[in-house]
Amino acid sequence: MSLDSKIPEGPLKDKWTNHKNNIRLVNPANKRNIDIIVVGTGLAGGSAAATLAELGYNVKAFCYQDSPRRAHSIAAQGGINAAKNYQGDGDSTYRLFYDTIKGGDYRSREANVYRLAEVSANIIDQCVAQGVPFARDYGGLLDNRSFGGVLVSRTFYAKGQTGQQLLLGAYSAMNRQIAKGKIQMYNRHEMLDVVLVDGKARGIIARNLVTGEIERHSAHAVVLGSGGYGNVFFLSTNAMGSNVTASWKAHKKGAYFANPCYTQIHPTCIPVHGTQQSKLTLMSESLRNDGRIWVPKKLEDAQAVREGKLKPVDIKEEDRDYYLERRYPSFGNLVPRDVASRAAKERCDAGFGVVNNDTKEGVFLDFSSAILRYGKEEANVKGIENPSDEKIKELGKKVIENKYGNLFEMYQQITDENPYETPMKIYPAVHYTMGGIWVDYNLMTTVPGLYATGECNFSDHGANRLGASALMQGLADGYFVLPYTIGDYLADDIRTGPIPTDSKEFEEAENKVTDELNKLINNNGSKSVDYFHKKLGLIMWNKVGMARNEKGLKEAIQEIAELREEFYKDVRVPGELNELNQELEKAGRVADFLELGELFARDALEREESCGGHFREEFQTEEGEALRKDDSYTYVAAWEYTGKPSEAVLHKEDLKFENVELKTRSYK
Amino acid sequence: MSASNNINITLKVWRQKNAQSKGQLESYDLKNVSTDSSFLEMLDQLNEELINEGKSPVTFDHDCREGICGACSLYINGRPHGPGNRVTTCQLHMRSFKDGETIYVEPWRAAAFPVIKDLMTDRSSFDRIQHAGGYVSVNTSGNTQDANALPIEKENADKAFDAATCIGCGACVAACKNASASLFVAAKVSQYALLPQGQVEAKDRVLNMVKQAQKEGFGPCSNTGACEVECPKGISLENIARMNREYLAASLSK
Amino acid sequence: MSEAKGLIKSHTVKKYWMAATGLFLCIFLIGHLAGNLQLFMDGYEGRLQFNEYAVFMTTNPAVKLLSYLTYFSILFHAVDGLVITINNRKARPQGYAYSKPGENSIWSSRNMGILGTVILAYIIVHMQNFWYIYKFGTTPFMMSEDGSSPLLKDGTVVKGGSIENGDVVMAGENLGPAMRDLYEIVIQGFQEPLLVAFYVLGMIAIAFHLMHGFQSGFQSFGLKSGKYGKLIDKVGLAYAIIVPLLFAVIPVYLFMIK
Repeated sequence: MSLDSKIPEGPLKDKWTNHKNNIRLVNPANKRNIDIIVVGTGLAGGSAAATLAELGYNVKAFCYQDSPRRAHSIAAQGGINAAKNYQGDGDSTYRLFYDTIKGGDYRSREANVYRLAEVSANIIDQCVAQGVPFARDYGGLLDNRSFGGVLVSRTFYAKGQTGQQLLLGAYSAMNRQIAKGKIQMYNRHEMLDVVLVDGKARGIIARNLVTGEIERHSAHAVVLGSGGYGNVFFLSTNAMGSNVTASWKAHKKGAYFANPCYTQIHPTCIPVHGTQQSKLTLMSESLRNDGRIWVPKKLEDAQAVREGKLKPVDIKEEDRDYYLERRYPSFGNLVPRDVASRAAKERCDAGFGVVNNDTKEGVFLDFSSAILRYGKEEANVKGIENPSDEKIKELGKKVIENKYGNLFEMYQQITDENPYETPMKIYPAVHYTMGGIWVDYNLMTTVPGLYATGECNFSDHGANRLGASALMQGLADGYFVLPYTIGDYLADDIRTGPIPTDSKEFEEAENKVTDELNKLINNNGSKSVDYFHKKLGLIMWNKVGMARNEKGLKEAIQEIAELREEFYKDVRVPGELNELNQELEKAGRVADFLELGELFARDALEREESCGGHFREEFQTEEGEALRKDDSYTYVAAWEYTGKPSEAVLHKEDLKFENVELKTRSYK
Repeated sequence: MSASNNINITLKVWRQKNAQSKGQLESYDLKNVSTDSSFLEMLDQLNEELINEGKSPVTFDHDCREGICGACSLYINGRPHGPGNRVTTCQLHMRSFKDGETIYVEPWRAAAFPVIKDLMTDRSSFDRIQHAGGYVSVNTSGNTQDANALPIEKENADKAFDAATCIGCGACVAACKNASASLFVAAKVSQYALLPQGQVEAKDRVLNMVKQAQKEGFGPCSNTGACEVECPKGISLENIARMNREYLAASLSK
Repeated sequence: MSEAKGLIKSHTVKKYWMAATGLFLCIFLIGHLAGNLQLFMDGYEGRLQFNEYAVFMTTNPAVKLLSYLTYFSILFHAVDGLVITINNRKARPQGYAYSKPGENSIWSSRNMGILGTVILAYIIVHMQNFWYIYKFGTTPFMMSEDGSSPLLKDGTVVKGGSIENGDVVMAGENLGPAMRDLYEIVIQGFQEPLLVAFYVLGMIAIAFHLMHGFQSGFQSFGLKSGKYGKLIDKVGLAYAIIVPLLFAVIPVYLFMIK
């Protein structure tokens, strides 16, 4: 099957408008006869479910959490980008488009990204109308902040809880439709397969996580909004329940999986504390506006810090290596995420890490200069003459507290260290996956009637996502793209009538799901699910993490395959199928991660270049920067499942750049 | 990280097979718990041991483990989300406990939050309260008025935000001697009452949401203030005052 | 008023009624206290003024209306409180095995029902002690300063008059009801140490009840917010301490002095 991205003809800026004008519509009376299943209720799934229901479709929405409000979009901190140009700093749809293409290291589709930039302004209007309390200035108008990798202020925010506020907005829109009966909500349900009838997605098999019952649900189309797969690394900033299962089952039913190796490692997370660690906590990118990142210049100082013999504040200025400022004088501490993460790894690998854990991984994020700078400003503003150092520090700390108070509190809660007095310790952690289910311009996967939105698709961020763009994409897909494009497909279904669930396709799918679960339950192994998940995570982090090479990737592929075999031999899943069973839920998810992990490594091995979140040690410049190979790798790698991850077939969608010139990213 | 050390603890955990069965507290000794672990990581450790011993692990709700999704709950040593204020269970760390300490772990207790299994409760009553009016009726048209067409006084916008930071965990209900959901309802009512977008439906909203909360079996508000103290997000009692004002005005005019 | 039914059933409306009756009773207490403080006045003048005040309180039509409102408030407050307490209990059928509510709320806020019950018991005893005896019981009568002549309710001294069946009679003519000596009843009553102790306990219960109740009433009506919120808390605390304290000092004073 060849990949048809279905990008509309015409100039870039008219493509979306023309497309909307030309696709088929379903009339309101007919929408009432059409059912749509939405899996996942984060920003993408939630906004899609609400909008489709508003339009008149019958929506059945599924989430594994106990309420749609808990989807992991809620944890996004920093903000949401939109080309509103409220600050008058020269922002425009084109600039947002350009920054996103460049930030993605020229590995995304121009037409999709332009559409994203185009609808970004509508998102802000929509959210404000819903009552989302964005930050405002004293004039009562919306405030903006700046994020890494761009030169304008286009990020709208609600303190450090923007994702929460946007998600609760989408949740409220859903609630209105649930109250009307237009959305049937299935909380604590997990999708375990897509059902294809005559080659089209016509329903899902889901497990009721409370009763354990396996259920059949039919619809005329299925929309996935099930998020990313960062938990393949075990430790990540994702929620504990975030998983690849919905995407992976879709993949096994014919949906191609694109660019699985594109992973975003976020530079500012709290370092690992020990073997019991279950997840990593992000410290917002906004901290890099004021924090300076450094490690000691001398190896002996680094060692003394790790051993607790030397306090970081006692290291003299000239003995500190502010390595980002040294390497990237123009962007300094605000280089894009992938660049900052790799630089931290480089220093720690060289032995300068400052955290006393097994891997010595950690660098300082220091606010002392910012405290002094702000303190002096405040003293001037308040007309204090010859303020003492103490006074300056006190004033400066107040300013920092106003800006980042909640983050500092969270840091202290977790680490028991006071970041006002001693520098924070941070290290990169897996945060977001740019890869995902391949979709065309209409967000339809390679399975007719199966759509993918938000982080679970691959479409807009290329090889690296810019800060504050994930929220933008999720809501763009759900509010403004999918609800239009899905009509074009559903126009053929106005006479289909309800899809029966007693067909042999449903029966087969249900039996298969039940068999697989029973196999896990009855395995009688000796090791817990977490044991395997942690092992997988270590392989991924060490060999398919921030820096990858051919040898390591080949080993990883081998080791993951072996681990998968061991998992099926030796995993122990206590409890029953027909009851609430959290271990069984985890087992199913880890089984899918064990397959995805292998494909992930294969994709990384196949892509012999470095771009964005994918860094191959063999392909770097003399200064250690990522080296792209545009001649050979300007394509989307879309993998077709043929029975085993090792036998997946690669399909290439060539990326054409007609409006942007391919350049080497430089942040020096 | 600070100097970490390991402690031994005794846990008294509520075990209940399902909604129908009668539960009881069970005792577990857990050794070598790192004080750098979070409370939930400690429970992970317990579960790992239980699984290895062929026993059934403890069921509890959790997801983001960074204090924002509201999934985690647990009444720990007599308080929702355990000792300390402004903290969720997932952000509570074992350094808050002493070596040799006995720790009680119970589910939220409320008629409107029935236990599903062990420490997991059904909080869908909160969702149904939101269905009763926790929204602004606006369609996703793509051409609502420009976001800056209507300036909003910063003070009100900030207060609306503070109210909107509710994570829906239910600690307010768990803490309240009457298992009242007043703070939860008031947070949503307040968010919209403070914004011009919320005005059109304000009266119906407050009447319907309050009514639904009562229908779900949440108790009356005794103004004890326990909810505010235990709320991990510090949602203010002023929101309850605002809701009571709104309700009075709405019931007199509607 | 499509919500009329909901208004009677609604928890929130029940709390409005609690707040309205409770805050009204707070005002009543001030009036009551103002009257009682007259007991600190010594001598015949004090005795006369207090007894005249007692006449005023039992005969003035406006006061009468207020007193009915007060009875209603007390009864409604008690019944409404009982219903609310039952609802409170229903909302948590199964309690915690281990709970430390003291970490998040003050004791009295969680025990308003118990405090209310103690106060109700106190009110019944109190009414029996004074109101009932004054109205229906056998009481001493107010006499002129020299102890020779009875007084009419309006304070007129009837020289040479005598008292028959509670009325002042002179020369066979019934001049109307005689002024009763409530002052004496009070003084005599508070010679009993157990009663003094009971009254002090009653006032302690009222103090704790008010410590939560005063500000809670304002909160129920949504009046506690912004800068006034803190002020209401302070005034409420002051009220809860000062008013019951002054009430309690009177029996102790009378016991010690007389």
